[in-house]
Amino acid sequence: MTLQTVLLVAAALFCVGLYGAVSQQVVVMVMMGLELMINAVILAVAGFWWFVMPTPTGQVLLLVVIAAMTVEMAMGFAIATLLHRDRGTDMTDMATDLSG
Amino acid sequence: MIVHVVFWIVAVIAVLAGAAVFWVDSMARATYALAVSFVAVGVAVLLMQQNYIGVVTILMMVMEMAVMAVYMVMFMGMNPALMPMSMVHDKRWALAAAVGMFAVLAAGILLIDWPARHGKPAADVTAALGEALMGPQMLVMVVVSPVMVSTIVSAIVLAARRTRYDRFGDDLKHRPADPQPGGVGR
Repeated sequence: MTLQTVLLVAAALFCVGLYGAVSQQVVVMVMMGLELMINAVILAVAGFWWFVMPTPTGQVLLLVVIAAMTVEMAMGFAIATLLHRDRGTDMTDMATDLSG
Repeated sequence: MIVHVVFWIVAVIAVLAGAAVFWVDSMARATYALAVSFVAVGVAVLLMQQNYIGVVTILMMVMEMAVMAVYMVMFMGMNPALMPMSMVHDKRWALAAAVGMFAVLAAGILLIDWPARHGKPAADVTAALGEALMGPQMLVMVVVSPVMVSTIVSAIVLAARRTRYDRFGDDLKHRPADPQPGGVGR
């Protein structure tokens, strides 16, 4: 276990999440992709903390990342609920009002 | 030695389970796969002696996956474990973007001369984190707390079927047309 291997695993997780966030049509599945990307960020920051600078500041940064994940989850579920109530769908292709 | 072996096991599990999220053909299995990926990352974080962060990650994500399962039943209108589904668009471009991104990140990770470790972790990492949050890093908590509160309010306003703004409209002095009047003296 080295910094490079931890970061490579995090990069793989991030790219899998990127694929899901770009390709999926269902809002909940898009959220799963975004969460995989944040999951990768958690692992990368934890690796930096352990292998580069193991001070409490790095852990505080991890808490901020987890808080960002919580906000993403809550707002994503709220928007999914609003979309389902307003249009009877949970597909991103039905919510393209702001595209272009 | 055993730490390295366990790390590689959880690393492989995390990536494969993450890939399975978009490979399996039902949303229930995708949810379980994502939960497994998060637990594996939580174990990897625990291996780096961040006990509090690792446990918080595992507990939070298991609960989130439970909420996601409820949402699937609510919105999909079917048994999510039994109904195969494949709802994707631009699959080829998404795959190309992901592979390209991994190539760029991997090149950066392998080519950069990373700095050596500065210092060593505190004897009690969790206590050090708590002291930092209640001391020099308190501004972080001061900022995160109102963000969380505003998230709660915003999510409820978005998700609620009918709020005070729908009832009163622009004229706050006008009596709202509630089907069942409420309050004292109804």
